[in-house]
Amino acid sequence: MTKRNPDYDFKWCPGCGDFGVLRALDKALEERCEALSEPIENTVFVAGIGCSGNIVHLQDGPQPYGIHGIHGRTLPIAYGVKAANPELNVVVAAGDGDFLSIGGEHIGPAARRNLDIVCVIMDNGIYGLTKGQASPTTQLNVITSTTPLGKLDEPENPLELYLTNGVGFIASMVSTKPKDITKAILAGIEYPGLAIIHIQSPCTTYNDTYSLLKGDVKNGIEPLAIDLPESHDSTDYDKALTIARSNKIPVGILYSKKGSQSMNQKIATQKQSTNAPQRTVDELLTTLSLK
Amino acid sequence: MSKNLIVRFAGEGGQGVVTASEGLAQAAAQVGYHVQTFSTYPSQIKGGPTLGQTRLSTSPILSAGDGLDVLVALDEYAYEYNKDELFDDGLIVYNSKEFTLDLPNAIGFDVDELARSTGNALSANMVMIGAVAGLANMPAKYFTEFITKRFDRGRDNDQAIIEANIKALSLGMKAVKDSIQALPEMDPPVSTNADRVLIKGFEAACLGALAADLDVFIGYPISPATTMLTFMQANLIGDNKHVGQASSEIESITSILGAGFAGKRSMTSTAGPGLCLMSEGIGLAWMAEVPLVVANVQRGGPSTGLPTKTEQSDLLMALNPGHGDMRTPVIAPGTVEECFYAGAHAISWAETYQGPVILLSEASLAERQQDIPRPDASNIDIAKRVVVDNKNGDTPQPRYLGEELTPFPIPGNIGAYTANGSEHDEQGDTTHLGKWHVQMTKRRFNKLKLLENDIYESENEDAEILIVPWGGSKGPAREAYDQLVADGEKVGWAYSMFVHPMPPNMIKLLLSKKLIVVPELNYMGQFASYLRTMKINAEPITQYTGLPFRKSILANNIKELISKELAGTL
Repeated sequence: MTKRNPDYDFKWCPGCGDFGVLRALDKALEERCEALSEPIENTVFVAGIGCSGNIVHLQDGPQPYGIHGIHGRTLPIAYGVKAANPELNVVVAAGDGDFLSIGGEHIGPAARRNLDIVCVIMDNGIYGLTKGQASPTTQLNVITSTTPLGKLDEPENPLELYLTNGVGFIASMVSTKPKDITKAILAGIEYPGLAIIHIQSPCTTYNDTYSLLKGDVKNGIEPLAIDLPESHDSTDYDKALTIARSNKIPVGILYSKKGSQSMNQKIATQKQSTNAPQRTVDELLTTLSLK
Repeated sequence: MSKNLIVRFAGEGGQGVVTASEGLAQAAAQVGYHVQTFSTYPSQIKGGPTLGQTRLSTSPILSAGDGLDVLVALDEYAYEYNKDELFDDGLIVYNSKEFTLDLPNAIGFDVDELARSTGNALSANMVMIGAVAGLANMPAKYFTEFITKRFDRGRDNDQAIIEANIKALSLGMKAVKDSIQALPEMDPPVSTNADRVLIKGFEAACLGALAADLDVFIGYPISPATTMLTFMQANLIGDNKHVGQASSEIESITSILGAGFAGKRSMTSTAGPGLCLMSEGIGLAWMAEVPLVVANVQRGGPSTGLPTKTEQSDLLMALNPGHGDMRTPVIAPGTVEECFYAGAHAISWAETYQGPVILLSEASLAERQQDIPRPDASNIDIAKRVVVDNKNGDTPQPRYLGEELTPFPIPGNIGAYTANGSEHDEQGDTTHLGKWHVQMTKRRFNKLKLLENDIYESENEDAEILIVPWGGSKGPAREAYDQLVADGEKVGWAYSMFVHPMPPNMIKLLLSKKLIVVPELNYMGQFASYLRTMKINAEPITQYTGLPFRKSILANNIKELISKELAGTL
């Protein structure tokens, strides 16, 4: 339930990682609107289906526009919004099931178009809303309701997938550090092209990975999530790929391609250079006239 | 003298038979004949049985015709495959390099050899056209004018190409000159001062959409709808306009939904398999009330079906493209001229009721080239979306308030809400409460009333039996109707391209009749079954060969159906 919507009966579980992401996102939008003196109505929030997609209804601050569409299609919807109005600030919010499984086919095209949007991906390694089925990022051998004997399919490596599909800006985050997420989201919005903020956002009910991410150094358990060193050169693609392929989850801005030109920039440049004639319907009909 | 000439060029894909038929149509239309083309080909780049057909007439043309006056066969298979459609007095022109025919009505020569002798092997089309012109006693000047115009492209070799083609034309004419066979001489064209255009169905539909100020078109290649995407790539140009190629039909529909949500007039084109992939996205547009247009060019189905053949078998899917309670507005033009107005109306409808509209075309209609009176978009009342107005700085009313249409908030302006595919409250936030589902369902259906109009044709309204075709079967059905009336049958006629919502007065008319006969190109009798849901007593006459109806067969079938009805055995 939210202040603006008393009939809304959706709730995240206590401790859900998505709370941290929501805080970070609210803060990022607030800061951006302030910095640019831009109305919140200039932002369109394109949400996927799943626990995380409900973030579009849960903001308590000033409301941006939203599309809470169908499962897996955030990226093409965002493409249409940007094609229609390049001035809008478009933020995609989706989970690992929505973005990487049913919607995985759209990542490559969106990267090649280089949509000037930021995607906030909440990865809990499970289908939470449908009560605990294996997702692409569920680890090997994990028992879920669809993998009762343990998961056999190799887990997806999202960061590697993004890099090899040509995504130009990639940040890897954990939901417990909302300040870092806010910064990453703002940097992603700033980046002229497709930016993905991939966040480990544990599901306390079906796949609680908090302790795994954090580790327990006293008891000799190394954390899975490791901050990227200050010296990390985020413009180095090969380095980013090596880190993505390591067995740790990096935390920080993994990759930021230099010289990126967004879809709308490319369109504007091409329009200018080719100067294709715009003909009215009347002129077009005249080319077909028998007179 | 003859008022009609039907010519078919048949061969393999890549031999230029379609180009020849279109060249004949262009030349004849320029001198004032009415023309209509029909083509069909297999789904491959080169080869396979292909035909291009042109009908010329001194009066407006309703269908591709009932048979052939001339068959130009470039190989033996083309002859065998098409010979049965020749009229009794029809003539055959064949390519003697490929095969020989010992028939009194056949004339053979080596088409390619004649073309090469002009110095331009590509002029084979013109040799064929010349032969046809010679047989129909049409003067060469009809065609030389066309050739000069067509190849005057501002290039250095224009003159050489023009000369070679004019030579090819005269060689073709000469090749049949000594033949004892000839067709009745064509009546001279009826000169007219009216401004006419020679246009294909898909071009007309696209131009109609452009006339309605289309902003965004995103599509994915699929036969027979790709022509709309490529037309838009070339012609939807300008500030704030966008054309794009999606990576699938799922992307097409969801991206134009994003554009429609952002305030633009948006459209895509597809065929059956693509419409299937769009199903969920169209449901979202219906649910979230986002204006958009899907042009579906029907081909044989289901599945990959007959990708390049014509059929009218997507009607039921067009009416209910998604799961759940929904009924999409559907406009199905029946002629090339109607394609223009259908394109404009489809955009206008989407804007008016704020939801998805399906423009239902067909392979044979989209590819048909015809001379029509120059379309005039000023004949249509093109609606613009009612948008949230913030002149006074008042807080706007909620997006989904009440059970009727409400103003549309445009992102970037006041009135933020969530366009939601889940059932929602008036602000667009998800809810599972029954009261909201009831209110919003009523709202979505109530809006359809805004689209009802009174645009339909009818004739002999007093008859107890009406012929009511839909879509591209209109032409042959009309020819059959005219023949039946001439034969003294007591039948009437009604037709509208507005399939849903159908003009209420037309529904009333149909409800008052004993029998409605529906000629349609599908197995199930889809339009008839749709009419029966409205308690209209409709019986289909079906055909599902991948080809359009032919008048004489259709007229016989209608007669048979009527006599069964009268005998009480239907």
